[in-house]
Amino acid sequence: MLEIKDLHVEAGGREILKGVSLTIAEGETCVLFGPNGSGKSTLLAAIMGYGHCTVTKGEILFKGQDITHMGVDERARLGIGMMMQRPPNVAGVKLGDLVRAAAGNDPNATKDAESFKMDNFLERDVNVGFSGGEIKRSELLQLSAQKPDFVLLDEPESGVDLESIDLIGRKVHDLLYMKSGKKGCDGSRCARHVSALVITHTGQILDYIGADKAYILQNGVIRCSGRPTDLLKDIRERGYKECISCRMVNIQE
Amino acid sequence: MQNGEHPGVKDALKKAGTYGPDVDLDDYKVGSSDTGRIDDLEKADETTKDLMVNVGVVADESERDGSIIFIDNGMSHCSNKTEDGVELMSTRDAVAKYDWLKDYFWKAMDPEKDKFTAKTYLEESDGYFIRVKKGYHAKNPVQTCMLLKNKNTMQNLHNIIIVEEDASLEIITGCTTDRHANNALHIGVSEIYVKDGGSLSFSMIHNWGSDTVVRPRTACILGKDAKYVNNYVILNPVGTLQSFPVTYLNGEGASCKYNTICLAHKDSNIDTGGAVVMNAPYTSAEIMSRSLNKGGKMIARGRLSGNAEKVKAHLECRSIVLEDGGLTLAVPELESTVADVEMTHEAAVGKIDRDQIEYLMSRGLTEDDAVSMIVRGFLVGGIKGLPENLKREIDDAVEKANLGN
Repeated sequence: MLEIKDLHVEAGGREILKGVSLTIAEGETCVLFGPNGSGKSTLLAAIMGYGHCTVTKGEILFKGQDITHMGVDERARLGIGMMMQRPPNVAGVKLGDLVRAAAGNDPNATKDAESFKMDNFLERDVNVGFSGGEIKRSELLQLSAQKPDFVLLDEPESGVDLESIDLIGRKVHDLLYMKSGKKGCDGSRCARHVSALVITHTGQILDYIGADKAYILQNGVIRCSGRPTDLLKDIRERGYKECISCRMVNIQE
Repeated sequence: MQNGEHPGVKDALKKAGTYGPDVDLDDYKVGSSDTGRIDDLEKADETTKDLMVNVGVVADESERDGSIIFIDNGMSHCSNKTEDGVELMSTRDAVAKYDWLKDYFWKAMDPEKDKFTAKTYLEESDGYFIRVKKGYHAKNPVQTCMLLKNKNTMQNLHNIIIVEEDASLEIITGCTTDRHANNALHIGVSEIYVKDGGSLSFSMIHNWGSDTVVRPRTACILGKDAKYVNNYVILNPVGTLQSFPVTYLNGEGASCKYNTICLAHKDSNIDTGGAVVMNAPYTSAEIMSRSLNKGGKMIARGRLSGNAEKVKAHLECRSIVLEDGGLTLAVPELESTVADVEMTHEAAVGKIDRDQIEYLMSRGLTEDDAVSMIVRGFLVGGIKGLPENLKREIDDAVEKANLGN
């Protein structure tokens, strides 16, 4: 689904990513750990194609196509969707209008808003005066209308109270496991379609989605990879510094 | 009736307007007042109908209580479905009919203000007279259309609107130019009176030619608890347009709102805005200006004057600059002669935030669609109570203006 090869990215006049390579298979969910400022959000922004990131070297392939220098909208139409941690305010644009536009101007796209507890926000300006949890629910409502094949989730649980986490977790789950029209599992194993790359610090979101693989990003390079629960345990118990040095030792050995 | 009262008015013919480039009135000949009758708007020729529709004036009058059409300086049409509550006629007819009208005739506007008012005064120009009788609430809007039909023509109109006590009315005015009359001058002097408890919403939509010179002159006097909303929209190319309506809130509790929405094209010179003078306690005003500049000259002014206690007013001038090379100027002014007032302003000039565009693009919108959506939101989003048809006009104009490029 997604293949990143030796990606170097500059943002704000500095090199943030210094040769990142990773692969995400169809239906696979990967987790990205790493300390603040390690380049996680930049990696997601570079995959989405945001203009503040400049790819100086390397390439990004999506569904076999080189998207390294493709426009943001083309990537979205190819099936990439992103849940931003701090999306911009768009004064004057109503959330309902954006949700319908994201669904390819489907007038019924907002009928599910109530289940996101966003039905009272459809006539509000996008993100203007939204709380942390409202921003997350708004992002998920937009993504569910957009129906991407691959989602980038930047700290989906950050800034959200404990009660709202459950709703957000379930909606992320639905986004990954229920494609358009399908009503979840049919009793057999869920058919997985949507792939994901998820940034999380707390790992709380992993209670709702099964993650296949985790990477630790530090100083713009991937230091190690492994099972998400193992890595999270190591980071929790020993912190990033020791965790990474341990793995580095392993690699050197 | 006119001459003698204003001895300085002939000298005022040489007086340039306070704002905007000067205009040589001798470059234009006063428009004819014999421009033909249109008895039934549905039977107007297609060109005229198209011109009218583009500025929100419709031939199908089912949702209009009345219509007035001026072509150059002649009233071509005047129809009225609500004669019990609303009077519509030409200003000249009204002056002949009502002796009391002298108390409203050149009383809100000083004819010696500048050459445009002086010319209109000296020509004893005709115009429209709209009166809403005490306590009457008009259900549908009255529409008026000012059409410039002939080239090198000066259209000078003198309009008087009186909304009596506890009455209400919505007026939609469309001003437009036939393509043969590109090089023409429009002067419209409007004196508006909203009496105690009355309410008037006045929406103006414009579609001028790229060389048309436009100099409206509007003054408005509000009584106790009276309300006035002034919506001014210009999104198509114009030569030079300068407008600075002044509203006097003379009755306690009166309120006034200006919403100005402009798009300055390359080679257009737009200088808009207005003043609200709050002369009575507990009056309030809001001046909202949203403009886009596509390489032209775009000046947005606003002045709030507080002369009584407990006055509350806010002024906002926001501009998005879409292209280099033009000039964008925001001039917000606040003045007060008393201590107990609350007056604020905000001004902002800049480009569309790239992050906003990319955010919408990440939902699959093309760059053009994203820009259009943001611009439409910018123009109408922050303004409450804009009539639906005005929003549609704005949507259409934004679409046509091709802002993504």
